[in-house]
Amino acid sequence: MFQDILMLGALFILRIIVPLLLVIGIGYSLLRRLTGVKLDFSPKFVTGVGLVLSCWAIAAIALILRFTNGLGAITNLTDEFPLGLWIGFDVMAGAMLGGGAFVLAGLVYVFGIERYRPILRSTILTAFLGYALLIVALLIDVGRPQNILMLRPVFFFNIHSVLWEVAMCVMFYTTVLALEFLPALFERLRWKRAWQIVHKITLPLVIIGILLSTMHQSSLGSMWLIANGKLNDLWYTPWLPVFFWISAIGVGLGMVTVESNLSSRAFKRGLEQDLLASLAKFNSYWLGFYAIARLADVVWRGKAYMLTEPTLMTLLFWVEVGLGAIVPAILMSQPKIREHKNALYAIGAVIVVGGILNRLCVSMFGMWTYTGPVYLPSIMEVALTAALFTFGGAVFVLLSRLLPVFPKEETALTASGD
Amino acid sequence: MTAQNNQPRTDGSITRRQFIKLSAATVGSVVIAHQTKTRALAASKVSRDTAPAMLVDLSRCIGCGNCQRSCAEANGLAPTTEQAQGLNGQNFTYIKKVELEDGQVRFVKRQCMHCLDAACVSACPASALHQTPEGPISYYPNRCLGCRYCMVSCPFDIPRFEWENGLTPEIRKCMFCYERQQEGELPACVANCPTGAIRFGTRSELLAYAHARLAANPDFYVDHIYGEHEAGGTAWLYISDVPFESLGFRTDVTTRPIPAYTWDIMSKLPTVVGSMAVVLTGAAIATQRRKGHDPDHNVPPWEREGEGEPIEVKNTQSDQGEG
Ligand code: SF4
Ligand code: SF4
Ligand code: SF4
Repeated sequence: MFQDILMLGALFILRIIVPLLLVIGIGYSLLRRLTGVKLDFSPKFVTGVGLVLSCWAIAAIALILRFTNGLGAITNLTDEFPLGLWIGFDVMAGAMLGGGAFVLAGLVYVFGIERYRPILRSTILTAFLGYALLIVALLIDVGRPQNILMLRPVFFFNIHSVLWEVAMCVMFYTTVLALEFLPALFERLRWKRAWQIVHKITLPLVIIGILLSTMHQSSLGSMWLIANGKLNDLWYTPWLPVFFWISAIGVGLGMVTVESNLSSRAFKRGLEQDLLASLAKFNSYWLGFYAIARLADVVWRGKAYMLTEPTLMTLLFWVEVGLGAIVPAILMSQPKIREHKNALYAIGAVIVVGGILNRLCVSMFGMWTYTGPVYLPSIMEVALTAALFTFGGAVFVLLSRLLPVFPKEETALTASGD
Repeated sequence: MTAQNNQPRTDGSITRRQFIKLSAATVGSVVIAHQTKTRALAASKVSRDTAPAMLVDLSRCIGCGNCQRSCAEANGLAPTTEQAQGLNGQNFTYIKKVELEDGQVRFVKRQCMHCLDAACVSACPASALHQTPEGPISYYPNRCLGCRYCMVSCPFDIPRFEWENGLTPEIRKCMFCYERQQEGELPACVANCPTGAIRFGTRSELLAYAHARLAANPDFYVDHIYGEHEAGGTAWLYISDVPFESLGFRTDVTTRPIPAYTWDIMSKLPTVVGSMAVVLTGAAIATQRRKGHDPDHNVPPWEREGEGEPIEVKNTQSDQGEG
């Protein structure tokens, strides 16, 4: 027994810690050579990196266990409750948070509103990373990922399956996002021909991206319509797909605010505050409409009495609709508030939290009425989700250092509002 | 959604109008499509009348467990004592003992209901769960992704997943002894039932028989054939002398085929996406017209004048990087 633990510890250090340190060390020195990036090893930075790395280490162990001992070994999922955090958060919420990309791309390319171009590229990068990690999460979550990699669903398609449609759309849309981002790479490498080719097909790509997004964002909602009689009536409605699509746009734009603010802080760069404010103005109408539609839907289905019942579900519903739609819609309709940098940042964060809660309610909590509160994610599940999330953040930082993701500082930036 | 423009910007009005156009166009097309008549569900081609079916008379079951044991034997299962108490990868059917309020005891055999329009089949993204030409719902493990969406979809909570298997977990459930049926044999469970509580036949035959039994003993049986309409009709049918809800049956199951709930939406997607494609293409063309032709549009930023960084020597032929 004692020997086993010793063995495991040694293996852990040898197989995980050492390679991890090697990769980081080599990566860092290469990065310094290539880009001149220097890190300051302040205590804050070291603890932050330490936390993230330990999270990645737990996730690495979880991954090994998952592929040797099965999903049951690391998740709290059971036959009663087969889909959990990885679907509810990584897939459902992940796709929603990437929703800003197709909206902004549409505004800039289809409707020619050039003023949003400065924040377009970073939004597309966020969405691309989000979708790429969504696919990774899905490959970990499904029992037989090798059958996805062997493209079984392409050969044995089932057009009746919502999940099939979501899978196809996500696959194609991730490719579209990658292509939309490629010009940044070609600009860095100065590959003229490649840049021109991608540049030529950008407009059709953007339109295809909007169509694919509409399809899969709504279908992520349709998915749960098959759970007839299982999902709580507060969320189970034939309009669920439409609500998912609307909120993907609203929350996606909220995410754009958050992401712009975060990167402005991290990279000590200016903030396109007037752009965010004008998006917020639109979003206040959009989310206001969404909130009214959500409530009208519950009333229209004759479930108005559920809105005042003293149950956990009713509470969740109000928190979710309140944070995700009502409160931000009211706040953002005030010019004073939306012009204020930090206020808008906070509102963006509230929208994101409310939106995530909505997806979790539909995919997890809303099922509790049927199954009983039998599922909460395990530590390993949370750690893996957190690892993917931080990994995405790290790649974002890296890429935005290496590639022209943000506009050059001198072009039309304002640091106003504070 | 008309807005008051508090602080006019130079391009503010255009922006807002376009926002509204965009929202109106897309919301409009979604709403219109949502109201259009649903295209008929491409219902399964299997004949509902001749599908192999099973009738369970709960009043006759004595809970001997023969069906469960023969099922395990026929399917090569080895359930532990604990596993034998429910459905799982090693147990496709079990006898649920229900003690009623008046002290009576009933035994309920549970297994896959083999829905005629099965939710699990419509949910499966890889056609791993599929309906055989005769009707039973069977499974190809080699196609399965292990996504477990079938488990979410099943109105009777039947499919089970092998949680302890790392790379090749399967969805496990009663396949109606399809292979045995193909060879002309009876399903193992019905072949070994000593009391005739389970009966095998075509669905129409069994429904007629069940209706006749209910009609002949109206005071004894509950006037309901569970599975006749539940989830759009199932191949396994139950009759009982005590109310089904007291035996733990889900009596709130819709009588509409479950796949219709998602197909309602899925079948509208082509309309929505089609009309959106038209609107977006039109908008894109209008935008191009408005902007006019930009002779520079195909010049990469680093070669444009006045863009900060110095212009590099062109090397279009080689397509190489800066090296
Ligand atoms: S009972 Fe469930 S698993 Fe069986 S056919 Fe119906 S939906 Fe599929
Ligand atoms: S787990 Fe397998 S059988 Fe079930 S829906 Fe997914 S692919 Fe189909
Ligand atoms: S039909 Fe076959 S697999 Fe299904 S319960 Fe009976 S013996 Fe088991």
